[in-house]
Amino acid sequence: MAATTSATAPGRSDSSGPARGREKPRRSYSIGRSAVPYLLVLPAIVMELLIHLVPMVVGVVMSFKELTQFYIRNWGAAPGAGLNNYRLVVDFNGAVGSALLHSFLITCAFAVLAVGFSWLLGITGAILMQDTFRGRGFLRALFMTPYALPVYASVIIWAFMLQHDNGLVNHVLHDQLHLTAKPAFWLIGDNSFISVVVVSVWRNWPFALLVIMAALQNIPDELYEASAIDGAGVWQQIRRITMPSLRPINRVLVLVLFLWTFNDFNVPYVLFGQSAPPAGDLISVHIYQASFHTWNFGSGSAMSVLMLLFLLLVTAAYLTVTSLSNRRSNA
Amino acid sequence: MPSTYRSPTARPMSFVWTRRIVLTLMAIFAALPVYVMISTSLKPLRDVTEKFRWFPGHLTLRPYVDIWHTVPLAHYFVNSTIVSAAATGLSVLIAVFAAYAVSRYRFKGKRIFTITVLSTQMFPGILFLLPLFLIFVNIGNATGIALYGSRAGLIITYLTFSLPFSIWMLAGYMESIPRGLDEAAMVDGCGPLGALFRVVIPAAIPGIVAVAVYAFMTAWSEVLFASVMTNDTTRTLAVGLRGYSTQYDVYWNQVMAASLVVSVPVVAGFLLLQRYLVTGLTAGAVK
Repeated sequence: MAATTSATAPGRSDSSGPARGREKPRRSYSIGRSAVPYLLVLPAIVMELLIHLVPMVVGVVMSFKELTQFYIRNWGAAPGAGLNNYRLVVDFNGAVGSALLHSFLITCAFAVLAVGFSWLLGITGAILMQDTFRGRGFLRALFMTPYALPVYASVIIWAFMLQHDNGLVNHVLHDQLHLTAKPAFWLIGDNSFISVVVVSVWRNWPFALLVIMAALQNIPDELYEASAIDGAGVWQQIRRITMPSLRPINRVLVLVLFLWTFNDFNVPYVLFGQSAPPAGDLISVHIYQASFHTWNFGSGSAMSVLMLLFLLLVTAAYLTVTSLSNRRSNA
Repeated sequence: MPSTYRSPTARPMSFVWTRRIVLTLMAIFAALPVYVMISTSLKPLRDVTEKFRWFPGHLTLRPYVDIWHTVPLAHYFVNSTIVSAAATGLSVLIAVFAAYAVSRYRFKGKRIFTITVLSTQMFPGILFLLPLFLIFVNIGNATGIALYGSRAGLIITYLTFSLPFSIWMLAGYMESIPRGLDEAAMVDGCGPLGALFRVVIPAAIPGIVAVAVYAFMTAWSEVLFASVMTNDTTRTLAVGLRGYSTQYDVYWNQVMAASLVVSVPVVAGFLLLQRYLVTGLTAGAVK
């Protein structure tokens, strides 16, 4: 950074006196030819290349290599594997492939449910908090707290609440409300799916709330005033003004939430620790375990590449479908 | 935030009661774990190994003393602080420059730049974890620069995590600052950097604060790379907090006390600055 600053600043101040006259008119159009914008984005490009783009390319290369523990320290020497890694991970009759498919399906169900509930809570909360009322500021701070808490701290609280013997959830459901015949297990077995969805929603819905609250501020008051004069009640205003105005932001918000939730590593990893139960075996943790337990980075990379392809496909399809239906509703 | 809203007509009782009931339920959902954290952190160990109890048998501050001895929490705290502060500073600086270029200049490749940077946000972290791990290990072998296991490795990794969102949001924020301001500064003899530092940055402070909070939270909370890329000396809180539960007994009261202690900096910062975040989102991201 320091290099960029010192490289441009003196040159600029030298030339600024005489150059001032000719710089002014050309600023808006032909400034594109100057090096300044490129120097400004250079640090960002370097960092993105280093941490995201180059590793991604390396990851794709790795997925075609037989990259086992013997080659970690000298991965250039790893023999090529052709499509073997891919064959291994999509062979749904084999152990690796069927486990991956199971994890993938679990993750899809998890992402759809978690995003649906997060969005629903977010939009409900934002609409109900559109008016000013006493305690609104406090509520907003309270609602934001789950999102602000570091994930490893907040998910550990949930892990404690979901304990079989000394947790709050069983205490309430079994001891106090007598809803279950005996205390349930929440962190192993089938219930772990419910647990991870609830924790994920608890953590992510404030983000939906925050974004929708910000979007609500951009709806002009006149719309509400005019409709009130026309005799529209509050429910009608929500249906006819608020919801349609939120369409564009909902479109982006749902996509972003889906991608984050689908990729989420932190919540399942902290909630279940090293060994996720089958019902809570989300794909990021699955790939992590598969890679670092066996040190087979080749097949781990192949799984990651397939996961990325799937997400690209979903994103493209989603954007196409939503822009089509947008256009139709505008026409 | 100035609450500009908005009650031209009185709300019907059905709406008011719906609001009361639904918001109360949401508040319970949001607050319950926070209550459990606080109350459990004040319990003696006996209270947390037996059946759950809503209130401590007797209040004790013992867990807050013990957390520092059970695991080297202070050490992890220092590591997390250094890593998060450095990642935040660098990320904000880089994002300010890039956002200034995006909002004020037309240049070839601008569209590709913004799309590429934004789309890295959607890549699964696991996708570049394995290659990055290999790259760091092999850079270490080849050159002796220890990125794997070092704070520097974590810092550069974390700063890129918050970079895309920061650039996007700051660029939007800077769009809302009238161009006339920095053009006037340029007429007065400032170069582009002079205009950036004297005019645009001061006017963009709320947006910058918002992305700084976001960047700090991102770095402070990250688990995946922290669990792979750190060793005993560089371990951060994200990994260190697990130390309370590897023993035969899980010291749940200490876990909760430690969770509270490590959460206070980010939660306080976030709640104090959330108004900037909403303003920043309104001006920048949400159009």
